[in-house]
Amino acid sequence: MILEETKKATYTIPVGPIHPALKEPVRLALTVDGEEIVDADVFVGQVHRGIEWLGMNRNNAIQTIYLSERICGICNICHPFAFVMAVEHATGITPPPRAEYIRTIIAEMERIHSHLLWAGVAAHEIGFDTIFYLAWRVREEIMDLIEYVTGNRVTKAMFQIGGVRRDITEEQFPRIRQSLDYYKSLFDQLKKVFLDDKTIQMRTKNVGILKKEDALKLLTVGPSARASGVPKDIRQDQPYAAYADLDIKAMTPDMLTGTVVGDVYDRIIVRLLEVKQSIEIIEQCLEKMPPGPILAQPKIALLLKTLTKAEGEGVGRAEAPRGEVIHYVRLEAGRDTLATWKVRAPTYVNLMCVPTILKGMQIADVPIAFASLDPCLSCTNRIVVTDRANNTKAMLSYEELHRLSVEKTRELQQ
Amino acid sequence: MELLSPEKIVEGFKMALGDGFVAAKIYQCEVAVKRNKFRSLWVEVKKSAFRDAVEHICRLQECPHLAIISSSDLGTEVELIYHFTIYYGHHLEELSLGLRVKLPKSDLKIPTITDLIPGAIFTERETQEMMGVEVVGIPDSRRLFLPEDFPEGVYPWRTDEKGLPGDMLRILPGRKQK
Repeated sequence: MILEETKKATYTIPVGPIHPALKEPVRLALTVDGEEIVDADVFVGQVHRGIEWLGMNRNNAIQTIYLSERICGICNICHPFAFVMAVEHATGITPPPRAEYIRTIIAEMERIHSHLLWAGVAAHEIGFDTIFYLAWRVREEIMDLIEYVTGNRVTKAMFQIGGVRRDITEEQFPRIRQSLDYYKSLFDQLKKVFLDDKTIQMRTKNVGILKKEDALKLLTVGPSARASGVPKDIRQDQPYAAYADLDIKAMTPDMLTGTVVGDVYDRIIVRLLEVKQSIEIIEQCLEKMPPGPILAQPKIALLLKTLTKAEGEGVGRAEAPRGEVIHYVRLEAGRDTLATWKVRAPTYVNLMCVPTILKGMQIADVPIAFASLDPCLSCTNRIVVTDRANNTKAMLSYEELHRLSVEKTRELQQ
Repeated sequence: MELLSPEKIVEGFKMALGDGFVAAKIYQCEVAVKRNKFRSLWVEVKKSAFRDAVEHICRLQECPHLAIISSSDLGTEVELIYHFTIYYGHHLEELSLGLRVKLPKSDLKIPTITDLIPGAIFTERETQEMMGVEVVGIPDSRRLFLPEDFPEGVYPWRTDEKGLPGDMLRILPGRKQK
């Protein structure tokens, strides 16, 4: 009798919550039956910093640009991008066309670096560290280019309400083109490494499937949604900045393979295609960039006065590397802080599909399936295994989970 | 699916909601060199017509995308805006639709929409804990961001006496309390 009960018992495995690499550390509670995951739950909020509260109570609108830049270390272009657009819609300030092009160029540079960073993390999660080193070495080129153009590798401080703070001049074009050519020459090699490798195929094909209906119902955005065949991309649907001048298509995996499965492999395809697309977008922007000023109002004191007097509300939406970022801003006349500020990062909605993705999978697949959504699990530092049957607890380290994943790769390779 | 113009959508809301419709605003601006249009639509409805309005949006677009619920404390009432996007997947055709509903502070209740849009659950949970708006019929009413030891009855986004009390705020050295 006791033996039978033990057989049927399920276990709950909390994963997390410490992930220093994530802007939102996440704790997962996995209910497992043997090796198979039967249910999953997500807990967020471990580092809720009250950034919106600061924007509504402490900082004025211009200071809030730099605060919004610090929401995330990787997406520190798309947050200020969405924020300044929201304020511009609320106040009626129109940025000059040249500024729109510069914004687009740096946003695309961010996408290239973010996708390459993800590629390295994903390879590390399945124990393929050679590719992790390769991807991150290749990423250095774009980081150098970002530093060359903006003066900094992260937190670039390029945005201002009604334009950008630094110009990209003709003399800088050859250096930018040199980096783009470097990536173009690498593309075939990257494609071969990530898509033709047998080990990667075994670990990613038919793993972590998200069906199109589920992606739509659970409001999934970004590459994770596009990999499930949802052709949703703000740059295509409701183009902002210079994207409105370009003809951009949402990348779906069927463009390369002819079918949509919605697994981890498809998410790799989408991100690879998007790196290529970003290079093309930057090239087109360099070609078409119009001359002119880069700020609608260069005098900060006057701009601040306009913002304090302004009354209105606006929504700014930008396509971040992980999906749609949306900022809602409401301004009240005579108030220098924002009356309402609501930020929604793509991971917020993408986390809702985690239970759907993980159900029916093995524990060893958790790192790659979860990381494929691009909140990285690489820094999960502990796991608690709770045995419901006899109420004991056992601690597993992150290394243990990582070891399980690596072992699975080795087994498949044999 | 037929893609309607913002004006037609407003007409459709008036027809579907009748007395429940309060106001609508179409925002439009031009972008970059080609001057393509960027449009957003704001519709305000009465609280009684809120569910009908969401159902109407579901008729406009199968599986509408709900980005977030933003909430503002306006003194005597709380304003919720449900930020939908419809007509996604079509070049230049997508529309942001902000569905606005105002709740009096005496009756801070709003029906859930998770039966229509399952992915609304996170933002409903957040609105509940941060603004103190009770979401009636929510399938999972646990907190989302706030820790378990956070006091009951304190809602960080409120500006009235239920907002963050002064002793919960840490004033950094060199800064004055506002």
